[in-house]
Amino acid sequence: MIPALLGNGIGCRGILVPAECREISLNLGGNTDDTFALSIQMLRAFFLQEVLKKKEAGKLRKITGNKLLVRALKEEGVDTIFGYPGACTIDISDELYKQDDIRVILPRHEQALVHEADAYARTTGKVGVCLVTSGPGATNLVTGLATANYDSVPLVCFTGQVAKHLIGNDAFQEVDIVGITRSITKYGVTVRSREDLGRIIKEAFYIARTGRPGPVLIDLPKDVMGELGSPDYPDSVNIRGYKPNTSVHMGQLKRALKMLKKAKKPLFLAGGGVNIARANKLFTEVVNKTNVPVVTTIMGRGAVPTDHPLFIGNLGMHGQYAANMAVGECDLLFSIGTRFNDRITGKLHAFAPNAQIVHIDIDTASISRNIHVHVPIVADALEAVTKMNEYVESCETEEWLKRILAWKAEHPLTMKNYTHMTPMDIIEEMNRQFDDAIITTDVGQHQMFVTQYAEITEKKQLVTSGGLGTMGYGFPAAIGAKLGSPDKTVISISGDGGMQMNIQEFATAVLEELPLILCVFNNEYLGMVRQWQKLFYGKRYGMTNMRAGALYRRTNGEQMPEYTPDFVKLAESYGGKGLRVTKKEEIAAAFEEAKKNTKVPTLIEFILDPEDLVYPMIQPGGTLEQMIMDC
Amino acid sequence: MDNSMKKRWISLYVENQVGVLSKISGLFSGKSYNLDSLTVGTTEDPTISRMTIATVSDDETFEQIKKQLNRMIEVIKVIDFTDIFVRMKEILYVKVFNCTPEAKVEVFQIAETFKAKVIDYGRDSVLVEFVQTATKNDAVVKLMKEEFKSIEVVRGGSVGIESISMMER
Repeated sequence: MIPALLGNGIGCRGILVPAECREISLNLGGNTDDTFALSIQMLRAFFLQEVLKKKEAGKLRKITGNKLLVRALKEEGVDTIFGYPGACTIDISDELYKQDDIRVILPRHEQALVHEADAYARTTGKVGVCLVTSGPGATNLVTGLATANYDSVPLVCFTGQVAKHLIGNDAFQEVDIVGITRSITKYGVTVRSREDLGRIIKEAFYIARTGRPGPVLIDLPKDVMGELGSPDYPDSVNIRGYKPNTSVHMGQLKRALKMLKKAKKPLFLAGGGVNIARANKLFTEVVNKTNVPVVTTIMGRGAVPTDHPLFIGNLGMHGQYAANMAVGECDLLFSIGTRFNDRITGKLHAFAPNAQIVHIDIDTASISRNIHVHVPIVADALEAVTKMNEYVESCETEEWLKRILAWKAEHPLTMKNYTHMTPMDIIEEMNRQFDDAIITTDVGQHQMFVTQYAEITEKKQLVTSGGLGTMGYGFPAAIGAKLGSPDKTVISISGDGGMQMNIQEFATAVLEELPLILCVFNNEYLGMVRQWQKLFYGKRYGMTNMRAGALYRRTNGEQMPEYTPDFVKLAESYGGKGLRVTKKEEIAAAFEEAKKNTKVPTLIEFILDPEDLVYPMIQPGGTLEQMIMDC
Repeated sequence: MDNSMKKRWISLYVENQVGVLSKISGLFSGKSYNLDSLTVGTTEDPTISRMTIATVSDDETFEQIKKQLNRMIEVIKVIDFTDIFVRMKEILYVKVFNCTPEAKVEVFQIAETFKAKVIDYGRDSVLVEFVQTATKNDAVVKLMKEEFKSIEVVRGGSVGIESISMMER
């Protein structure tokens, strides 16, 4: 067979055959008996002639699916992809190896890989792209896809798949990944024919970034990708079942604005949608014009700068006292880009009991789902806020603002003034030292502390797993953020639990020379669960002590080994820097030290007291106003 | 809003692709929506399938079901059949075993009453085909279960289409 003969690019007698000729030989299918008789030189001349003929005819040559994929990525403007190789994607790896336009990042685990692409997307506004192999490579995506799905992050994930004739055979590294991820992706599809590939990729990017953004999964059977087909990548999309809303119903919006003007105690509630649509600046203008106070969800933090005088704080389970009280008392709740998740509403029937509710959201299914909405408006936040900015008028809110200030004074957001170091001390120092930074978090107490105390001003962004609450998100997210914004300071804050869920990414961070500042809040416990155990489970700290093990059991809890791992040594073993901070006075110096490391990540381990809890806290099943302030 | 549980029907136009049925049924199971019956078949356009779905839910859940279906990429159109005039029928096969001659007479009488067809006949068993509304089929099944010792039932699920002029279901 000609392809076999020319397979490695060297014909017999060492004559180099150009890649173009090889492909044409594949196209022609080759007539074995006759062609064997021809010398390689003749073949070469023949093929070159064919190439010329085709070029003359204005026809482009056929290319493999693997080649088209790389071409498509370039057309979509992808500059970075996160990939982990395997048998079913080795041909794609090979195509990527042959080019320089797309940077390929090799993380150390596929879960971290998606989080990296996810944070890259959240911070740059581009679509994050993942490439993993079939089977376990694909299943390792699951947590990351769900994380991205809940927080509306645009991702396109390519998964390898076994050849079509093997699908359904329980072949080696075969899983039905489209089936597995059906409920946690915006769209998922297996490419069954080479001719569909271009269209499917085009649609995937379009679906991922438009409407309510989300992850899209494309499953690529190995044989389909090897097949030759059209090199064309479409430049337009037409999906009959998907027409995202791009306008605002002006009648509804004006009605809502009229209500805003009339209200005595109006309140803006900004969710993640405002940040995703990058409507922060315009929204701040609207707030300035109206003089209406703002509360945000944790995903919405930064919708107005947190030092803005009209910003009250976050609402919800660990929201600020004044914010939760304001929601309870407002007579108009004007909400944008939130889905009224149970963590922000508390007891549903008692949520904003005195308020008419306006709800702007891109996703119709988010409106009137958890709470009854009086004025529903389906629109992209940026579109809606732009229109609002044109029409809003100043509102009479002086009395109302006084009331809010009184609540703020009554229970300011603070931690007790302990002599020992608290999370508040660390975050406040961070606020002082960094005004241009991306802050990523993991999930748990430290996350709540960050959402309470971290100032998110204009040049700052908070990146956190708000919807799914994924431990192990923070560190890889910092890597993705830094790769997307190399000029920004990137700080990740994790607990000692979550840090160990993706600790292997230290290798990625060191090899990519990323000067991240990795803060580990080490209190030797899985703190948020411990907080519940302390408050509601009679201090029975089951499964939350990170030092418990055989010795602990043998000695009835009398003895415990040293904390494992030693984070400082661990950082150093990867080639990073490690610091340990135990006192308040050392915090500032540690951050200064970390800033000096411009080529490697610095891990700062803060030794904290597990007895410091996150307050305020809504009683489980309680209303927003039923807050535990401290105990 | 009406919070009482009611039977409702939806007609869906979906892409005729692998996995779409699974996605739709997965939505119902994943979000704990009731799914009474679901039928699917291709339309005059082979790239489009049409589904008829029956569900029991309150107003609020039903609104959410429609929205969730609408936001699926593969769903082209959602039509709420609950309050519009439609033609809707379900096919039902009932096989009656161990029939005595008297029982056979009764099967024939039932078939005649319900305008059903006796389509197969053996020494001691009879097969009847009913094409009528799902509610009437419910009644038939209940009746036949009471009347005969041993029956076998297969139901097709409702299929529906909007009426042109008739104002009845």
